[in-house]
Amino acid sequence: MVKIRKEIKISPEEMRYAYCDALIEAAKDNEKIVTIDCDLSNSCGTKKFKATYPDRGFNVGIQEQNGCAMAGGLSATGLIPFFHSFAVFSTRRVYDQFFLSCAYAKQNVKIVGSDAGVSAASNGGTHMAFEDIALVRAMPTATIVEPSDPTMMKALVPQIANTYGVFYLRMPRKTVYDIYEPGSTFELGKSVTIREGTDVTLIASGLIVVNALKAADLLAEIGISARVVDMFTIKPIDVDNIVKCAKETGAIVTCENSNILGGLGGAVSEVLGEHLPTPIERIGVKDLFGEVGPQDYLEERFELTAEDIVKKAKKVFARKQA
Amino acid sequence: MNQVPDYEAIKRFSADIRINTIKSIHSTGSGHIGGSASIADVLAVLYGGMMRVDPKNPKWAERDWLVLSKGHCGPALYATLALKGYFPMDWLTTLNKPNTNLPSHADANRTPGVDMSTGSLGQGISAAVGIALGNRTQKIDSYTYCIVGDGELNEGEVWEACSAATDLKLDNLIVFVDWNKKQLDGRLEEILEPGDISKKFEVFGFDVQTVVGYDYQAIWEAIEKAKSIKGKPSVIILDTIKGLGVKLAEEKEFNHHLPITDEGAEEAIAEIERRLSEGTYPVGDFKW
Repeated sequence: MVKIRKEIKISPEEMRYAYCDALIEAAKDNEKIVTIDCDLSNSCGTKKFKATYPDRGFNVGIQEQNGCAMAGGLSATGLIPFFHSFAVFSTRRVYDQFFLSCAYAKQNVKIVGSDAGVSAASNGGTHMAFEDIALVRAMPTATIVEPSDPTMMKALVPQIANTYGVFYLRMPRKTVYDIYEPGSTFELGKSVTIREGTDVTLIASGLIVVNALKAADLLAEIGISARVVDMFTIKPIDVDNIVKCAKETGAIVTCENSNILGGLGGAVSEVLGEHLPTPIERIGVKDLFGEVGPQDYLEERFELTAEDIVKKAKKVFARKQA
Repeated sequence: MNQVPDYEAIKRFSADIRINTIKSIHSTGSGHIGGSASIADVLAVLYGGMMRVDPKNPKWAERDWLVLSKGHCGPALYATLALKGYFPMDWLTTLNKPNTNLPSHADANRTPGVDMSTGSLGQGISAAVGIALGNRTQKIDSYTYCIVGDGELNEGEVWEACSAATDLKLDNLIVFVDWNKKQLDGRLEEILEPGDISKKFEVFGFDVQTVVGYDYQAIWEAIEKAKSIKGKPSVIILDTIKGLGVKLAEEKEFNHHLPITDEGAEEAIAEIERRLSEGTYPVGDFKW
């Protein structure tokens, strides 16, 4: 059951704490869950896990490569390690360790990257992961999950803990909009259609889902009926729903907080190209490095806003009719 | 193991490891013979009675673990495991062939008895730290052994792992350095000045011992001493020779990865037997 909130406003709960609380809850019944932090537990909001379970939380200091390969070793003994850092370090810095000691070794490691994309804001371009999705998509067997609000986060964390294999969980650290009513349920791998529409489908993930919903409102004002899909599992992607939306609406816009090359836009384009060629436009970072600045400025700078989505939706709608 | 070690049997075991490593690499044409030869002796000690393992139950939770961080020397480990009965001896001649269970670099998902997949240098020791920590966390009383190459010490990750092992007080972790003095491109000091390896580990908080890497009794006793050290991890530096005991590899300065011909294999195996019968095995009259 998925229920959208009547009024969508900023959540009182930061994503990092929604994540950590969900993990603490999951760990109550599962003593195999352990965590590895790399001197960013304050920033990633994961301090409380170690405070709650002192014997199961390990802060290895500023050594992501070692921490990530250690997670592979912990998993080899039957534990379920969750590795935490900023998205840039959780993917590009530890790519080889994530690849060999976790994925190739068929371990049960969950890699969490906070401050994904423009949410890195004041940390700037060095810390702004736009490439992480593309990197992990190219890693065999890895599942990529990007929850869009705290309710979804709480529903997915236990599933991630209970599903064997390597996962990459991507999240902003601070507040996002509450989209879903508490109690909403989600299933890994199954995208959810959160607004019906017939002219175009906006397929979004993470913190851009709310921009897609706003865009759908704006499009309705000019007579375009936009469907909105929350594609929270980016890999393996929900092929069935993408094809269904392509059939039923005939036009797609993907909306993501990452590089369109290899990201959600790339993934959806591949599905459409192989199953049902359909006009598509992509909202996302157009092969650029990040920059420093407030998140709302960055969303404008990289053309991720509701207004940007409207432009692309109008364009793809026109292409469909041409 | 509390039994009195039979060093003669361990010596013979190491000779069989070398002979079968030669045969295995010969079957595929070429391979990492240099670094495989130099770890044959420590493998013989570990699997010749030191480690608590059960070849019929390779995933036994209570076992001692070995992580071959220098994963390219898989062939020596495969020979060891086959001789111990983890899998049939005839697997050894499938090395690196399509669909083999014995790929060039150690792969825990393919080879019974291999405890961790390795091959990208530096990662194995991190995984070993994780394994030692994981077992301790689950109150499993076992030892995790890890063999790192001396060239591998170039990798920064090795030293990250060492600082973590010390911080975590992992006295169930025993690391070996295969100090065979050479890495792929040449002698250590020609590539990257190794400095004082022993001092480096000491500064990182390890209990450090250096032994002759082909003195079975010295290795055994060093491990026993390492096991008695509480509150910190141990390292045993194996002072050895790249290619040791394998004539065709000993004779070459550049011996990281070599072809093994029919004639070369035959001669190397005969030489091992000759040294054994003369009582000069494994070194023979070879001079560094």
